[in-house]
Amino acid sequence: MKHIGEPFVRVVKKTELSGGKLTLLSLLALLLAIVAGGLFILTLGKNPFLVYQSIFSGAFRSPLAIQGTIKIAIPLLISALAITLAFKMKFWNIGAEGQIIMGAIFASYFALFHDTLPHFLLLLLMLVAGMVGGGLWGLIPAFFKSKFGTNETLFTLMLNYIALYLIKYLTEGPWRDPSSSGFPKIATFAPNAQLDKVLGVHAGWVIALLLVVFVFVYLRYTKQGYEISIVGESQNTARYAGMNVGKIVMRTMFLSGAVCGIAGMTQATGAAFTLGESVAGGVGFTAIIVAWLARLNPFYCVVMTLFLSALQKGSSVMQSAFGLSTYVSDVLQGIILFVILGFDFFIQYKLVFRGARKK
Amino acid sequence: METKRETTPAIQLSGITKTFESVIANHNINLTVHRGEILALLGENGSGKTTLMNILAGIYKPDSGSIAIDGNPIVIHSPEDANNHGIGMIHQHFKLVEVHTAADNIILGDKKLGTFLKASRRERIKELSERYHLHIDPNKKVYNMSVSEKQTVEILKVLYRGADILILDEPTAVLTPQEATRLFEILRHMREQGCAIIIITHKLDEVMAISDRVTILRKGESVATVNTRETDVHKLTELMVGKAVELSIERPPVSHDGNLLEIHHLSVRNEDGVDALRDVTFDLNQGEILGVAGLAGSGQKELCETLAGLMKPYAGAVLYKNENIIGKTPAEIIKIGISMSFIPEDRLGMGLAASMSMVDNMLLKSYNKEKGPFLKRKGARALAGSLVEQLQIVTPNIDTPVRRLSGGNVQKVLLGREIESNPNVLITAYPVRGLDINSSYTIYNALNQQKEKGVGILFIGEDLDVMLELCDRIMVLCHGRITGIVNAKETTKEALGLMMADAAEKKEGKA
Repeated sequence: MKHIGEPFVRVVKKTELSGGKLTLLSLLALLLAIVAGGLFILTLGKNPFLVYQSIFSGAFRSPLAIQGTIKIAIPLLISALAITLAFKMKFWNIGAEGQIIMGAIFASYFALFHDTLPHFLLLLLMLVAGMVGGGLWGLIPAFFKSKFGTNETLFTLMLNYIALYLIKYLTEGPWRDPSSSGFPKIATFAPNAQLDKVLGVHAGWVIALLLVVFVFVYLRYTKQGYEISIVGESQNTARYAGMNVGKIVMRTMFLSGAVCGIAGMTQATGAAFTLGESVAGGVGFTAIIVAWLARLNPFYCVVMTLFLSALQKGSSVMQSAFGLSTYVSDVLQGIILFVILGFDFFIQYKLVFRGARKK
Repeated sequence: METKRETTPAIQLSGITKTFESVIANHNINLTVHRGEILALLGENGSGKTTLMNILAGIYKPDSGSIAIDGNPIVIHSPEDANNHGIGMIHQHFKLVEVHTAADNIILGDKKLGTFLKASRRERIKELSERYHLHIDPNKKVYNMSVSEKQTVEILKVLYRGADILILDEPTAVLTPQEATRLFEILRHMREQGCAIIIITHKLDEVMAISDRVTILRKGESVATVNTRETDVHKLTELMVGKAVELSIERPPVSHDGNLLEIHHLSVRNEDGVDALRDVTFDLNQGEILGVAGLAGSGQKELCETLAGLMKPYAGAVLYKNENIIGKTPAEIIKIGISMSFIPEDRLGMGLAASMSMVDNMLLKSYNKEKGPFLKRKGARALAGSLVEQLQIVTPNIDTPVRRLSGGNVQKVLLGREIESNPNVLITAYPVRGLDINSSYTIYNALNQQKEKGVGILFIGEDLDVMLELCDRIMVLCHGRITGIVNAKETTKEALGLMMADAAEKKEGKA
C-alpha cells in the first residue's frame, strides 16, 4: 500500500518524563557519548578502553589529581550557578565570560594596589569588588534590554570582547609589571592577596558550595526567586501581577554578573595569582552547557560540573600518556558533549517512523 | 431524506477509537455523512469532537475502527492524504500567512503548479469563488481582511484542493450574527452543489438552523444521531449533557447602588499606535454585571488592560471612588482593590504561570504582602486546597503545573484566585471561553455571588445569549467606540448584533 505524504520519520513531542525515566535516559546518553568517543579513539588506532581508563585515573588516581579536577570545577560551577539565575528568567546571558573577567579585574585592583591591608579585609574587599565588577557588567545589557528592548544574546556576547581587550590594555599599559622585562604581564599578587587553601585547594570550592545552597534557596524559597520564575514564565503575567519587570531583570542580571564576578575573583586570586587574558578561558561558555544539562537545578550543576571537570583533567593526562596532540583530547571532549547535548532532544521529543502503529 | 438513504455515504466512520495515554478521547464512534447533506457534530467541550475530526483530516490516526469514503475503505496517513481523498478541514484558528494575498494563501502547498508561479493561478480561484458564491478579492493581503473574509479564504483553500467533504470546526465562533447568516447561506449553497459538510458546534440554535442531521457526542462516544427536523433544542441539550440542564442563567436583582468606576472620555492607542479605544465613557455600578459585547478586537483587551494599569491612555480618566487611577502602577491599583481577572485568548499567558503549580499561582498577586525576603506558601496551599473543593477543580493534586489542567479547570483556578482576593471590581474577559456547560455555570454562579456582595463586574463576553441572561446592562463596543449601552432585559440579540456590526458597515461606506 502506498502511503501518500506520510514522511519517513516525524518528530512527536513527548509528555513530561518522570524522574526515573529521565535519569535512565541521561545515563543512556552518557553511555552513547562514551561509545561515540570510543569510535573516534579507534580511528586513531588506540584502544578506547585503555584511553578511558587513563582519563578516569588521570582525574581521580591521587589526591593531587582530585585536587586538580576540583580546581577546574570551581570557576565552572560558580559560573553555571550565575547562568542558572539568568536563564531561569529566560534572559539568555552568554556574557558570563566577560562578567568573570570584569570581576577578576575589579578584584585585581585591590590585590595589586592595596596589598598591605589586613589579609581577610583585603580578601573581603576583593570579593566585593569582584561582585561589583561582574555585576555591573551584567547590569549593562539588562538595563538596555529593559529600557530599549535590545537583544541580550548579542549584547552580552559583545561585552565579552570588550572585557577581554580591557585586560590586554591593562597588561600592556597601566598595570604592566615594571619588573618584567620584554613580555608584558601583570605582576604576581603578593601572598597577602592570595586566596587561602582549604584541604589543599583554594577556598573557592567552599564559596562555590555555599553558592549552590544560596542559589537553590534563593530561587525556590524567596520572593525574588519567585519573581524570577514568573518573569521567565511570561512577562505579561509578571506585569499583570504588579511586578516591575525591568527592575527584576536588572536586579537578577546584577546578581548573575556578581556571581560570575566571584568566579573571576577566585580564579585570579586563588588559581592564577595574577590577572591574565586566560582568567576566564572559555569557562563562561562551558558553564552554559553545565547549566543547561543540569536543567537549571543548582544541585545537578554540581554533578555536571564534576563530570566535565574530570573529563577535562583526565583528558590532559591521557593525551600525554598516549603521546597524542592536545587537540585530540579537545575533539574527544567535544564529541562526548555533543552527543550528550544532542540527546537532550530525546527528552522532549521522540521519532515516529513511517508505518509505525501505536499500541 | 429518503433518496439519500439509498446512496452510499460520502463518509462512514465505524467503531473509531482513539486514546491519548490514559485518556479515551474517542470510543467506538460511528458517524455517516452523505453528499448533499449538512451534519452537525454536537458535544460539550472535551466530548471528542475535534479529535474525531482531526482523525478524518489525517492529523491523528485512530487506534482502531475503519473509515470509508464513498463505500471504499481507506486509511488516512497524513493531512495530504486526507486532501487527496477530498476531505478539507477549516480549523477554528485560521492557518493563513498574514502578509500574503488571498490567492497566494490558497495555492500554498500546491505541488502541481510547478516551480514558478503564473498569473493564471488566479483564474481558477475566481472560477471557484463564483461557483460557490464566495466573494473575495484574490489580491487582497490577509492582514487587511476581516475575520469572515479570512474564513472565506480558508474555505476556498480547501475547495481549491478539490475537497468536496468539508469539516468546519466552530466556524461561527468569531463571526457576528450577520456574518454567520452569510456563512450559512454559503454552506447551503455548497450542499446544493453536492458537498458533504460536517459542522462542529456547541451552539444549539445554529444546529437547528443549518443542519439536516445531528450526531451527538458525549464523553467520547456517539450517543445518538437524529434528524434535525424531528428534534428540538431541549432534546439536543439532554442528549449532549446526559441530563436535563436548566438553560436559564440566574440573574439576581441589583441590590446595591452607587457607582464604583467612572470612565471618562478614555482614549487608548495600542502597541501599533492605532486608536484602540476612542472617547469611551461609562459607569460601573456596585453589585451589577456590566456586559461588554463586541467583535474580537473592538477594544476589549485595551479596555481591560487600561483599567488594570497595564496600558496608559493618552486621554481620559478612570475614577475609582473619585480618585483618578490613571498613572498608577498595576501594584498600586491592585492595592486599592481593583482585581482584574483577565483571560486573553492565550489563557495561560497572562493571568497564570503555566508551568507552576496551583499553589505558586495562588501567590501571584499576594506574594509581596507578607514581610521578609521569603515566600510563605502555607496560606496559598490552604487556598488552593479549598478552591479545588469549592469549584470542583479536577487536578491530580495542587502541585501539578496548571498547564496540565484542562481549560475549564485553568479558568476556575484563575477566577477562584481573583474572587478570594476580595475585590471591589472584577474584570473578566471571556471567562467561559472553551468551557463545558457545567463549568460555565459554576463560573456564572460564582460571578453572581460576587455581584450580590456588591462587587461591580465588567463581563467581556462573546456569547450574546449568555450575556442577555446574565448581565444587567450590556455595553457594545465597535472599533473602540461605544455604540450603545442597553438594559439587558429590554434588548434583543439582533439589536446587539446590529450594534456590533452597524458601525463597521457605516465605516466601510465612508471609505
